[in-house]
Amino acid sequence: MPSGDGSTKPSAKTSKKPQYSRFTQQELPACKPILTPGLVMAAFLILGLTFIPIGLSHLSASDNVVQLIDRYDEACIPAGNSNPEEAHGKRVSYIQDDKTDKTCTRTLTVPKKMKQPIFVYYQLDEFYQNHRRYVRSRNDQQYRSAGAERKTANCDPEAEVNGNPIVPCGLIAWSLFNDTYSLSRNDVALPINKKGIAWESDKTSRFGADVYPKNFQTRSPIGGGKLNEKIPLNQQEDLLVWMRTATLPSFRKLYGRIETDLEENEKIKVVIQNNYNTYTFSGKKKLVISTTTWIGGKNEFLGKVYVTVGGICLLTAITYIIFYLVRRGN
Amino acid sequence: MTGPRRKGIRFSRLYSFSCFKSSFRDQHGQIGQKGYSRVVYCNDPDNPDQLVLRYCSNYVSTTKYNAFNFIPKSLFEQFRRVANIYFLVVACVSFSPLAPYTASSILAPLIAVIGATMAKEAVEDWRRRKQDIEANNRKVQVYDRNHNFQDTRWKKLRVGDLVKVYKDEYFPADLLLLSSSYEDGICYVETTNLDGETNLKVKHALDVTASLQEENSFQQFKAVIKCEDPNDDLYTFVGTLYYDGQQYALSLQQLLLRDSKLRNTEYVYGVVVFTGHETKVMQNATDPPSKRSKIERKMDKIIYLLFSMLILVSFVGSFFFGITTKNDIVDGKLKRWYLRPDDTTVFYDPKRSALAAFFHFLTGLMLYGYLIPISLYVSIEIVKVLQSIFINQDQDMYYEEMDKPAHARTSNLNEELGQVDTVLSDKTGTLTCNSMDFVKCSIAGVAYGRGMTEVERALAKRKGDVSDSGITSSDIQRSSDNSVASGKSIKGFNFSDERIMNGQWVNEPHADMIQKFFRVLALCHTAIPEVNQETGEITYEAESPDEAAFVIAARELGFEFFERTQTSISLHELDHTSDRKIDRSYTLLHILEFSSARKRMSVIVKNADNQLLLLCKGADSVMFERLSEDVPDFVSTTMDHIKRYAEAGLRTLVVAYRELSEEEFKSWEEEFLEAQTSVSADRDALVDAAADKIERDLILLGATAVEDKLQRGVPECIDKLANAGIKVWVITGDKMETAINIGYACSLLREDMQQIVITLDSPEINDLEKKGDKEAVARASSASITNQIKEGKRQLSSSEGSSVSCGLIIDGKSLSFALNKNLENSFLDLAINCASVICCRSTPKQKALVTRLVKKGTGRTTLAIGDGANDVGMLQEADIGVGISGVEGMQAAMSSDFAIAQFRFLERLLLVHGHWCYRRIALMICYFFYKNIAFGFTLFWYETHASFSGQPAYNDWYMSFYNVFFTSLPVIALGVFDQDVSARLCLKYPMLYQEGVHDILFSWPRILGWMLNGVLSSMIIFFFTTSSVIHQAFRQDGQVLDFEVLGVMMYTCVVWTVNCQMAISINYFTWIQHFFIWGSIAFWYAFLVMYGAISPIISTTAYQVLVEACAPSPFYWLATLLIVVSTLLPYFMYRAFQTEFNPMIHDVIQRLRLESPEEEEASVELFFQQKERIGSVKDKLREEETLLSK
Repeated sequence: MPSGDGSTKPSAKTSKKPQYSRFTQQELPACKPILTPGLVMAAFLILGLTFIPIGLSHLSASDNVVQLIDRYDEACIPAGNSNPEEAHGKRVSYIQDDKTDKTCTRTLTVPKKMKQPIFVYYQLDEFYQNHRRYVRSRNDQQYRSAGAERKTANCDPEAEVNGNPIVPCGLIAWSLFNDTYSLSRNDVALPINKKGIAWESDKTSRFGADVYPKNFQTRSPIGGGKLNEKIPLNQQEDLLVWMRTATLPSFRKLYGRIETDLEENEKIKVVIQNNYNTYTFSGKKKLVISTTTWIGGKNEFLGKVYVTVGGICLLTAITYIIFYLVRRGN
Repeated sequence: MTGPRRKGIRFSRLYSFSCFKSSFRDQHGQIGQKGYSRVVYCNDPDNPDQLVLRYCSNYVSTTKYNAFNFIPKSLFEQFRRVANIYFLVVACVSFSPLAPYTASSILAPLIAVIGATMAKEAVEDWRRRKQDIEANNRKVQVYDRNHNFQDTRWKKLRVGDLVKVYKDEYFPADLLLLSSSYEDGICYVETTNLDGETNLKVKHALDVTASLQEENSFQQFKAVIKCEDPNDDLYTFVGTLYYDGQQYALSLQQLLLRDSKLRNTEYVYGVVVFTGHETKVMQNATDPPSKRSKIERKMDKIIYLLFSMLILVSFVGSFFFGITTKNDIVDGKLKRWYLRPDDTTVFYDPKRSALAAFFHFLTGLMLYGYLIPISLYVSIEIVKVLQSIFINQDQDMYYEEMDKPAHARTSNLNEELGQVDTVLSDKTGTLTCNSMDFVKCSIAGVAYGRGMTEVERALAKRKGDVSDSGITSSDIQRSSDNSVASGKSIKGFNFSDERIMNGQWVNEPHADMIQKFFRVLALCHTAIPEVNQETGEITYEAESPDEAAFVIAARELGFEFFERTQTSISLHELDHTSDRKIDRSYTLLHILEFSSARKRMSVIVKNADNQLLLLCKGADSVMFERLSEDVPDFVSTTMDHIKRYAEAGLRTLVVAYRELSEEEFKSWEEEFLEAQTSVSADRDALVDAAADKIERDLILLGATAVEDKLQRGVPECIDKLANAGIKVWVITGDKMETAINIGYACSLLREDMQQIVITLDSPEINDLEKKGDKEAVARASSASITNQIKEGKRQLSSSEGSSVSCGLIIDGKSLSFALNKNLENSFLDLAINCASVICCRSTPKQKALVTRLVKKGTGRTTLAIGDGANDVGMLQEADIGVGISGVEGMQAAMSSDFAIAQFRFLERLLLVHGHWCYRRIALMICYFFYKNIAFGFTLFWYETHASFSGQPAYNDWYMSFYNVFFTSLPVIALGVFDQDVSARLCLKYPMLYQEGVHDILFSWPRILGWMLNGVLSSMIIFFFTTSSVIHQAFRQDGQVLDFEVLGVMMYTCVVWTVNCQMAISINYFTWIQHFFIWGSIAFWYAFLVMYGAISPIISTTAYQVLVEACAPSPFYWLATLLIVVSTLLPYFMYRAFQTEFNPMIHDVIQRLRLESPEEEEASVELFFQQKERIGSVKDKLREEETLLSK
């Protein structure tokens, strides 16, 4: 300092001293949890002790679910004992032949008493409903309002027939699943309720009440099922279910509900119209009849993992305690 | 990288003396030629000849952007980053059918991110603009056509305008000084804004114009200036004034530079020569070299790693996509008929599957782009700006006395502060206060001054002798008593000796010598007195603090300097016969100025008795050889005293005088004036030679000793830094003895250390030097240094194993040899193995060279700290430059990255802020990569189940908000607020700092570990989710899980996981962390509800998905819980075991905090046990480093 000239002396007004606040001084009240041995052991024990019961209750719930699975894609095809290559060709030509009667009858045995409501599903394997081309091949605007029937963007190649828009357009609708099941018990028809199988939001908002199918499946190649042109889209629940694309190549979709109980060992006769072509890509078709509980359908995975993770936590807690004691001992 | 660095060094040379001299060449002959073509019509700016030259206006803009170029220019800046270019390309391509998601969903985050950065730029630029507007609209008085001085805005100023500037006003442009309020046309100028020097500089008007002091004298004033073109050299100006038919040479003496300030002068008149951007100061405005932190450079590598990962993943995806697509038609038969492979676009065409695969590769690059964190750069920028606000706001780094808080001038290097390995420090003004106190003097062989210096105290303490220390403490007691007794301490004066104070000196045996001695101190200087009108107190503006100390000492002892004019110096003097104060005036004949080459200054004055006196003060090395032949008997005593003073850490000067005879002076003056007015390149040499002729046969009076006190807290701070494992090197211009003693005083050297001294001060070399054979000297020196380095290494290796550490001391001459290419490495090898290093007698250039050597040689982070213009090169060369905004102006602070007011704040800056910032940024970047990998890979796993068709599992907008809303704020909170341990503990356990030096938190194993954890998390999330729901109903009403629901489930797990991962990675939760972490998760659900409520045309797959499908299902919640816990479990287990059984330093300290304070001792012991373990960790790390570098 060349002997002070006064200008550098701090004055109260212009002092540059930082204002004190707990925030700017980084002294906010804070909780600082630390992984002490006690905390670690407690955490693992608590995790273990909560997860195992959750897993067990989950498993028991899953155990209460009764389900019947019947794969019919091979059985419902005239058997051919030729080589696989040839068999494949035969199957394809069978399914692609419109004139053949594709009725097929299967008999299933109820393993345990099934309480209503009992859900009927179809299950497809190796069917990529999540393929990008497939998922995008739809137009929600068209499905929603009658005035938008010309909106067929993204729907190619199932957008128009001779300049007329296809309603509903797109590959998803075009490939609609069209096997049918009719059930009977002791020769008495077992009605399947097909109402209320679609999501409510689909019926009210995504699909219009005034949109009717038009020019649908009128042109070769014909993909899957046809639609009744008298019924608006939002009441065609099969279509709505199908249009909610599956997320994985192996999936089930709701077919309908049985609203009576089924007793143990009852024989159920199923008449299947085996129309849907999964043979070209070697996909499987299954019929599934299942009850549900609070966790949904039969699902052991989640329960098992809960128990496993819980077990690992307990094991870790024990290991940790041993390590800890050994070190203390030293 | 080397480009701007070299420039930095050149820039620093500008301030060193040599540059000043060398550039001062005679260039008047070149006027009118290339580079010297400027023509100014003075007082006639409307002259058509002037107008045709179209010189630029005085409007100045320092902004980076203006209204028109802001958008393109700032966008260009943004897209210079590789990651941003990638996102731009992706955004463009996203309008094509290639895109796996809608264009708007990729554009929105990009715009948000770029917009945030641009907003930041805009705010910064707006601040600069406001400053510009303020400067451009300042008023100055300009002579107008009506012959009046009118207030005019700065920006309206034109070349040739005549302006009047008043006291304490800034000059609006570069002006040619015509006249001032002083008769002789001088004025005083303060150039702090230009070069940081606080002393006043004198400017002289030409004699022909000096008389133009009246406003009306300008009515007829017309002149033409021809001068050099605008350039950036602050120290040259060449021009010619054509006035009244005569030519006059113009030099820098007549140029008043923009942004300097008029002081001690009522007003000046000047002509505008350079305006606006053509002024020297604007020409000098270059951006400081931009530095990037190590972490950021490493981050770039990680980004490249991620890019290669992205390409690999996309390639794998497109390869399999190509195969499956090709198989859709086999032998003309459709396989997956529902995809209509027979009637498709090129993107899915089985017949052109290779092409489809290629396009899919591009799609993949876009889809897996989530591996690259788009918001990383902007987040880091925001975080760093906030961090530097915390640094600026830290009350513990605020210096009350000078009202200076710490200032982070760049926010780029915050985390680098946590990795400093070597601190290179200047001494004067950095370790010391640079406020010189006059403490001792030796007059006529008698030593005066009873005070004890800090160094002496340290030395006494070091000796540890009981009886000695007894005396010491009483001494200290006495000196402090004295200062209390005198009532107030006087700045620059810490002298106490009853023998000569309060006028008692008249009773001393050599009273006449004492009188002459203090008279020299009162007269031989260039200081300017300022008399306080109210109190009558006199203060001084001096060129250096030393000089001020002398003038003050003279004042205190009764020789009060109170007035200086061009031709005289006046003192209030105590008459030693009548014992009364009388005013004495001395006619000032010449000042022979100080220069670093001359190492002395003299004045020639004539006293009232018409006696001619040459008064001289200078360094002992040059003064003793100039003493007259008939040496007084106290010369050797004085020499002894000087030696003792130097050992006590004091700066000494020898004071002498000489009486001149009239004739001698006359003949010398002629010669001297001739030399001064000569117009040849060697003018300076001639002037020096002339001065040399008169500065001889001096009569010794005595010697002065001023103390440059250590700053408060310096020894403690250096101790802390040493404990933190930071090496401290001191590079100073001082003498070796002074440097060593200062080293002891600031605990850089300790008694138990072995000193390795490298010097060329040996008899043989001195002999050679006398002979003048330069080559032989160089050869001998080089050989000697080589030997000394070898010897040093031998000492070092012999002391290895024992606890003795070594201190290396090297002088400047030796350093110049040691820095040669062939010795460089062995010198560095020696130096880095020493605990502390002191380089003395070093030049500014050597400071920079040493810094570069350490930086390049060790590859570790260097921090340079200094306060003066001579440290600028070092500050710019080092990884981090810290400027002390202290006494020697602001030059160092202006070119530094961080400015602090006191050296001791360095401790907090490094150990607290540095450590925190390093930890925060390191963890933040790791976490960023973790969260993006964890998310990005779920997309890839999903592809494996969707025949690699490029369909993302999630709704477009979930994905685009991932980086912007659901995960961004917690990570910013981490970067800004996280603390592993409190500031107090950071300082208490400096060992913690080693985590940064060895880069433990951002080492490759750790980074890869986090990445691996990310991959693992994505796998657990994806496979657990899909396995748990593969077929069956997930609700009691029999509904199965579809595309919409799976996306929500997986995304929920991702959001929970990455946010909870954050929560278990940090252990510092304020309400901010809680709010951001849990708020982000809550926001995800809120977003789902809101987005799901919009029409299904817009929300598509998200329509009503949470409210209708997920929320009512217990399965959804149970699965979320399970998956989130399972995903976090591996990391949690790792942490649990690692903290307990292989803790890092911060883990140990955290545990210590918890344990009861009574067990302090035991815990410290534990801590040192840990220390050893950490040592082994370090070794391991080093091995890894070498492996990686190979």
